Amino acid sequence: MDIGVPKEIGDARVAATPKSLEGLRKLGYDVLVESGAGQLASFDDDAYAAAGARIVDDVWGADIVLAVNAPTEDQIAKLRRGAVLITFLAPRQRPELTQRLARQGVTAMSMDMVPRTSRAQALDALSSLANISGYRAVIEAAHAFGRFFTGQVTAAGKVPPAKVLVAGTGVAGLAAIGAANSLGAIVRATDVRPETAEQVESMGATFLHVASDQGVSSDGYAKEASADYAEKAAQLYAEQAKDVDIIITTAAIPGRPSPRLITAEMVQSMKPGSVIVDLAAQGGGNCELTRKGESYVTEGGVTIIGYTDMASRLPGQSSQLYGTNLVNALQLMTPGKDGQLVVDFDDEVVRTMTITRDGEITFPPPPIQVSAAPAPAVKAEAPAVPETPPKPPKPWWHQVAYVGVGSVLMIALLTIAPSAFVSLFAVFALACIVGYYVVWNVTHALHTPLMSVTNAVSGIIIVGAMTQLAHDSLVVKAVAFIAVLIASINVFGGFTVTHRMLAMFRKG
Amino acid sequence: MLQNFIDATFIFSGIMFILALAGLSKHETAKKGNAFGILGMIFAVVATNFAIAYTDIVESNIQLGSAAALYVAMAIGAMIGIWKARKVEMTGMPELIALLHSFVGAAAVLVGYNVHLLAEHTDLLHALEVYLGVLIGAVTFTGSLVAWGKLNGKMNSKPLTLPGRHWLNLATVVVMVVLGFWYCMSGSIIPLAIMTVLSLWLGFHLVAAIGGADMPVVISMLNSYSGWAAAASGFMLDMTVLIITGALVGASGAILSYIMCRAMNRSFVSVILGGFGDAPVAESGEMGEYREASAEEVAQMLADASKVIIAPGYGMAVAQAQYPVAELTQRLEAQGTTVHFAIHPVAGRLPGHMNVLLAEAKVPYDIVFEMDEINDDFADADVVLVIGANDTVNPAANEPGSPISGMPVLRVWEAKHVVVFKRSMSAGYAGVQNPLFFLDNSVMYFGDAKASVNNLVAALPASATR
Repeated sequence: MDIGVPKEIGDARVAATPKSLEGLRKLGYDVLVESGAGQLASFDDDAYAAAGARIVDDVWGADIVLAVNAPTEDQIAKLRRGAVLITFLAPRQRPELTQRLARQGVTAMSMDMVPRTSRAQALDALSSLANISGYRAVIEAAHAFGRFFTGQVTAAGKVPPAKVLVAGTGVAGLAAIGAANSLGAIVRATDVRPETAEQVESMGATFLHVASDQGVSSDGYAKEASADYAEKAAQLYAEQAKDVDIIITTAAIPGRPSPRLITAEMVQSMKPGSVIVDLAAQGGGNCELTRKGESYVTEGGVTIIGYTDMASRLPGQSSQLYGTNLVNALQLMTPGKDGQLVVDFDDEVVRTMTITRDGEITFPPPPIQVSAAPAPAVKAEAPAVPETPPKPPKPWWHQVAYVGVGSVLMIALLTIAPSAFVSLFAVFALACIVGYYVVWNVTHALHTPLMSVTNAVSGIIIVGAMTQLAHDSLVVKAVAFIAVLIASINVFGGFTVTHRMLAMFRKG
Repeated sequence: MLQNFIDATFIFSGIMFILALAGLSKHETAKKGNAFGILGMIFAVVATNFAIAYTDIVESNIQLGSAAALYVAMAIGAMIGIWKARKVEMTGMPELIALLHSFVGAAAVLVGYNVHLLAEHTDLLHALEVYLGVLIGAVTFTGSLVAWGKLNGKMNSKPLTLPGRHWLNLATVVVMVVLGFWYCMSGSIIPLAIMTVLSLWLGFHLVAAIGGADMPVVISMLNSYSGWAAAASGFMLDMTVLIITGALVGASGAILSYIMCRAMNRSFVSVILGGFGDAPVAESGEMGEYREASAEEVAQMLADASKVIIAPGYGMAVAQAQYPVAELTQRLEAQGTTVHFAIHPVAGRLPGHMNVLLAEAKVPYDIVFEMDEINDDFADADVVLVIGANDTVNPAANEPGSPISGMPVLRVWEAKHVVVFKRSMSAGYAGVQNPLFFLDNSVMYFGDAKASVNNLVAALPASATR
């Protein structure tokens, strides 16, 4: 089957890069790339051709079309019956588009429908793009902000570091924290889910807790905040707005209006020159004054950036990550790696992504078991394995009692044994104890040499065989001869190999 | 006079052996330790030889034939031993050591038979000593041979599970006790011979029932047995040096076995009774998607990393990848990356196996750490390279209900990225699938470990200046 990669309209991104194209070809597909598709993302036609693509003028007639944006009416009309279209289709927000695709008789898969299971992570394009948006938000803020992010002490005076507040700590928020942190800013973050505090701290920011008893979210998503919580949170934002230089808000809910976090009053209280980047501008913005798709400066001198195309402002990176997500998606659907796409509805990832199949609407998908935790952790939750309580430690005198009784028994036995044996036994017992303490001190790294040296040393049995060799009996002599021989192998082999090993250990 | 000389020499060679083990406690003194061991051996052999010769001269009964036999036997033994020791690959060390153990066992059996034939000691105690000495020696002999066969692939490394094998072993032991009574009472060679055959069988069966993954324990256990066999010979011959040495070796092997068992969170008894490797693979089902990375991608990860930890396993030994790994280490250090090695106590097939391989490839030992030292550092690492290890890095060990539950493992998954070098997706020796491979921060890098690391070294940016 062949895959078509069109040039996007009004978007710098592209659904395949020369690198991801290799992945597609490895799965057995022929790839057609529309001329100039990667131009704006700095991938020219030659690079695609070099990676094995055919450059054509129109790709919408291909068996499989990979795109970034939803298709226009013209493009849909060009789709072949039975073709497969994989792109962002937003079926919840645009039911009419789903119906139109069904009428065209195509199988449509929406990348924003990829379920959030651990299996599907490799194709989770929303996370990839959120990551880029978070990074870009910081870069936009830095561009608009008239000062350094990092604190410096120079001959021309001391520069305080910038203070950044990140609201909402999903993928985009965490990416923003990382980027701001590495530019040297002081980063604070908050989220309605207090359990994200650990992730925030792992990225190097301080988590600001809202002083309310909001419970831990049970389903991994933000809960409807209680009235008390909202009040306390607003208080927190109001305080922070006076203090910080940059606010990055990321609290977006797909298909619903974004929650209002920053009011006009808060914006007014900010220092002139401050910057707000609102990543939720698509849904109306987290900030009351955000203008969708626009960047402007308020009367109070605060820059408010409401771009909705953050990810495509980094077209090369977005295309690369999105392209890889698509390769992973196709990998899932190409079990034979033979260029034959199989839409298997038993696979819940494929089932959930597919919104129309051969002209039939299959949206919404049946609910699936979404678990944010990886598979093994789920297994651990199975209550089948009862926790066995640890055994209570034995009282200290038990050991003494055992040793005491054992000693009494040994004394009794040794009393009736011949005296020569008793002195030998003394040697034996003491040697065991010395060996015990000496060997515990050996470092782990030297256990192999220890073993080979003890091996060599246990060849001491040679002296026993030697005394027997001096005997007259021929049988005894022959047996002793063999014993001496193999014991010598042990002695010489053991010491030599130990020496060889020890010679290798060196200090750097 | 002569007896005092002999006893004194034996005491001092015993001390030399203790110093040898004490010397091995640290890298700095290890060579000294080996030299002490050699010195002790020379003391004992020369003194024994001198004593025999002196007695012969005093009694004017010079046995040139015996002397010649002695030197010929020693020369042949020395030649074979040194030749083997020089030729062996460091990856083949476990086999060599298993083979050497079997020699001690065999020698103990032969010495025991000789004591019986000489019939110098007819009292009950000595009969018992001979009996026990031969028994331990024979078990060590066949047990070590089986371990050797399993390690070099001549035998199937899967545990042999005969029906009712525990009863079989128990019956053998009971019969041995009965034969022991017979032997001690009669002094006849017949029960001794039957018992020897039974011991040989017991040694074979005990080790054959243990899976390949438990070989580190088996080898150290056999090391211990060979010590006890030597000690038993010492009792029958009234030679203190044998007793001291045997006890030292026995204790050493027992402690090593204990350390190995603890590292796998298994009781010694359950290892000896075997049956670990045949645990049913209950959770081989779908565990998720794994991602595959190319040499270039891994190289890029490494070029961007500031701290890398390498966790090698038996796969590195099998593929002889220690040299490319060492080269990779040098390259990374040259670009300013911190490289550490994390060694699990049971990585490889022998205690300390990985350390020896890395040392062979001239990886400095001060960047090689054991599990307890490094386990908390994984969280700071940018990239962890898992080279041919599986069970020792399996997070399933932290979950109940798996055959390796409770086994301490290297917490590699705490690092930012984990790259797993592996030949295929098959399970490790314990037969447990590894959830690590399906985590978001891990990628698989398939191929033979040596070829993979070589490709990786080639793919590293020529001089990543940082």
